[in-house]
Amino acid sequence: MASFRFAVSVMPKEGILDPQGRAVETSLPHLGVDSVHGVRVGRRVELSVDAADASEARAVVERLAGELFANPLIEAWSIEGPVPARAEGAATGAVPVEAAR
Amino acid sequence: MRIGVVVFPGSNCDRDALHASALAGAAATALWHETPDLSGSDVVILPGGFAYGDYLRAGVLARFSPIMGAIRDHAAGGGLVLGICNGFQVLAEAGLVPGALLRNTSLRFEHRWVRMTVEGRDTPFTSAVPEGRTLRMPVAHGEGCYFLPEPELDALEARGGVVFRYAAPEGNPNGSVRDIAGVINERGNVCGLMPHPERASEPLLGSDDGMLLFRSLIESVALAAAANAATSQPRLVGAPA
Repeated sequence: MASFRFAVSVMPKEGILDPQGRAVETSLPHLGVDSVHGVRVGRRVELSVDAADASEARAVVERLAGELFANPLIEAWSIEGPVPARAEGAATGAVPVEAAR
Repeated sequence: MRIGVVVFPGSNCDRDALHASALAGAAATALWHETPDLSGSDVVILPGGFAYGDYLRAGVLARFSPIMGAIRDHAAGGGLVLGICNGFQVLAEAGLVPGALLRNTSLRFEHRWVRMTVEGRDTPFTSAVPEGRTLRMPVAHGEGCYFLPEPELDALEARGGVVFRYAAPEGNPNGSVRDIAGVINERGNVCGLMPHPERASEPLLGSDDGMLLFRSLIESVALAAAANAATSQPRLVGAPA
């Protein structure tokens, strides 16, 4: 049994109103930035899965992504990983999967 | 006639719903979400609140509570289920009613009085509402913006699945598509709405329009019981029911 680390990114689907993204965008002029558009705000879930192999672990993540992390009616998701697991909470902001790229 | 009100961690309108149910004349029972048993409830209400703190998405974690299996079975057997506010979000996440509830377009928690028209076909949830009557009730939510993709929306409207629609003068508080405030499933026994009928249960609260929904439920259960009694075979005295 090994541990596999994944990250699931969940974004509002195309065409779904994203009021958070819109709010961020409308605040940008206050920072003196007027060159940015198309802001979308989503969610990122990181998790470790104990499994016999990577494909078994990924199957668990895929199930969770579709049933729990995202609502398929309004959200799209993508899965990154697996990458070798690190101690949970060890990284401060820096995401293992990002570091592994 | 018994109305069961589910209590999730974070429910906060459960007592109001129990109070309104009792006021309407039902036996009212609180149902703890970890116990997969409905205590013989004829109607199950999923109340307002912030089940599981609304983490991840409003309603999604409550959807996996042990009691939800019993509620699915109840609904599959034709039993009545009403989801109010957070309860509507739970029903939508569980797929028991169509659609999803997004963040309000205002990005604000909207808490105020609204008005709704009652539409669609006759439902067990609205049978006591007089024809043409608009209902005045409060809303209090951050994620009440009803969404369904356009083609499915047309299908929903075509089958009379939109039961409540926000109306003037207050209008739509959250940006819901087509001013939808509440919907019903295809079978017509599971209904969800964002406004709070239980908070409009006595004139003292500013409106008792919400009681029309509770009375509808009680009448509908009584009618269904009478219809069943009329069609069922006579039983021998003393035989198990």
